[in-house]
Amino acid sequence: MVRVLKAGLYDSIQDQGRVGVQEFGVPLSGAMDQYSAALANSILGNDGNAAVLESVAVGPHLSFSRETLICVTGADMNIVLNMQPIKNNTVYEVRANDELKFGTCQYGYRSYLAVLGGFQTREQFGSRSMCKGITASYKLLKGDVLPTLKVAAHINKTFASVKINKSHFETYNFEVFKGPEFCLLGERQQQQLFESLFTISKDSNRMAFQLDEPFDNALCGMITSLVLPGTVQLTPSGKLIILMRDCQTTGGYPRVLQLTEKSINSIVQQFIGSKIAFKCLN
Amino acid sequence: MDYELEFRRFSERSILIEWPQEINEFILEDVLLFKKSILNLDIKSILQVNSAYNSLLIIYKCTIDNINDEILTLKACYLERKIVKKTRTKLFKIPVCYTKEFGLDLVEISEEKKLSIPEIIQLHSQPIYTVYFIGFLPGFLYLGGLDEQLHFPRKTSPRREVKKGAVAIGGAQTGIYPNASPGGWHIIGNSPVDLFMPNNDSPCFAKAGDSIEFVPISRDRYDAILHQVKQGDYNLESEVVDG
Repeated sequence: MVRVLKAGLYDSIQDQGRVGVQEFGVPLSGAMDQYSAALANSILGNDGNAAVLESVAVGPHLSFSRETLICVTGADMNIVLNMQPIKNNTVYEVRANDELKFGTCQYGYRSYLAVLGGFQTREQFGSRSMCKGITASYKLLKGDVLPTLKVAAHINKTFASVKINKSHFETYNFEVFKGPEFCLLGERQQQQLFESLFTISKDSNRMAFQLDEPFDNALCGMITSLVLPGTVQLTPSGKLIILMRDCQTTGGYPRVLQLTEKSINSIVQQFIGSKIAFKCLN
Repeated sequence: MDYELEFRRFSERSILIEWPQEINEFILEDVLLFKKSILNLDIKSILQVNSAYNSLLIIYKCTIDNINDEILTLKACYLERKIVKKTRTKLFKIPVCYTKEFGLDLVEISEEKKLSIPEIIQLHSQPIYTVYFIGFLPGFLYLGGLDEQLHFPRKTSPRREVKKGAVAIGGAQTGIYPNASPGGWHIIGNSPVDLFMPNNDSPCFAKAGDSIEFVPISRDRYDAILHQVKQGDYNLESEVVDG
C-alpha cells in the first residue's frame, strides 16, 4: 500500500482512460501525458493500462507499507527516496516504511509515478482514472491509501534506466490538423492561428486549457457535435480553448484545430504562462 | 433516403462523418442506423463510435494508416445500412414537480411569454421528446420537441450552481441537470429521478433514439419518489415503442 502523507497540488490516479461509455456523456479521462505514463509502465514491465499517479507542478509526499519497484517519468520534480535524490526514468526498489517526497519541477509540469503491477484502486466503467462526477473522489487527499500488489519474494531487479528525448518537454510548436470548422474562418484568422504565439492561461485544468490571447470570432453558432481531447474550440467571447482528457464528449463551439496525440502529451508538460504555436499538418 | 455525407479525418485516429446541418428525427434515425451497421461490421481496429445530432465520430485504436481505405469501407457500409434492423426504442415517463420552489424562473417565463404557469406546465408536459444523444454532463439528455411557445433564450449570466434534477429551458432546448452544475438555462421544475448512476453498468436509463415524457407531480409525490429513489426501489415507468 501507498499512503498519502501530504498531497501535492493536484494528484490523481490515471490509466489510459474510460472507453465505451462516451454515449452516456462520460469523459474519456486518463493520464494527461499518455506518453510518459506508458513509459513508466513499460520501464517497470507493467501492462500499458496499469494505473499510475499523476502529479501537477508540486507532487505529494508518500509512504510505502510494502516492498515494490517504482519508476517516475514525465516532469522532473526533484524527488527524494528516504532523503536520497532519485532520477526519473529509472527503476528503484522501495521497502516497507520508505518515504518518497516530491519537490517542485526542474523541467516539465506533470509527473507519473508507477509501481510494479500498477495501483489497484477501484475501477469505474473499466478504468481507474479519477474524474469529477464519475469516481468517488477526483484528486488524492492527505491520508488516502492506494493499494498495490504484493510483490513476489525475488523480484526481477533489472533497475533499467531510459534516456528520454527532452524535446517532449521543451518544444513550443505543436502539430495540429485543421478542425471541421476551420474552413469557416476568414483568411486572416486562418493565418493568425498558424502565425501567432499563444499563452497557456491560468484557467487551465484537466478539462481544458484556455489561451490568453483574444481571437476574432465572426462565426455563427453551430449544432452541437462531437469533440475529443485535443480539439481546439473558439468560444463566442473570442477565446481559444484546447480540450483536455476530462473534456465533455460533445460541444457546440466551432472546432478550429485538432491537436495530434503527440502534441497533447507534450503540451500538458508546459507551465501556465508558456508560449505555444500551432503547426499545421494538412 | 441517402443523405450527402461528409467524411473527414478528425485526428490521427478518428474519422468524423457529418450529415446536413439540421436537427430532425430522420437524420437522427439515419445516424443511429449507420452507427449500428458500423458496429455490426465488428472491425477490430475500431475502438468506439460516438454520435450527436448529425454526426458520428469513429475512433480507431491506432493511427489510421490509409484514411482513404477506411473512408471507402465506411461509405460502402452506409449504402448497406438499410439491411440492419432498427434497435427497439423505449418511452420513459419522467416525473417533474413544477412548483415555484423548484421552478426558479417560472414567474419570469410566465411574464415574458404572457403564459400562465399552468399553461407553461401543460405545454412542457404535453409533447413526447426525442433523445438525440447524451452529452455536456454525464447523463444529460439532449432532447428535441420543445413547443415553440416555450423557446426562451439562455440567461445572460449563468447560475453558479443549478440543483441536481433541475428541469430547464435553454433556447429551443429543454433538459434535466443530472447533477449539480453551473448552468445558464431557465429552471422550471425538478425531477426526483437519477439520470446518471455511476455504479450501474449501464449508467443511464435512456439512450439516443429513445423518447421521454414529463409527468407533472405534486410536492408530496416528489418527496415519496425521492425517498424510493434513495432506497433504490423506484422503477421509472416506461413502455416499448415499436420502431
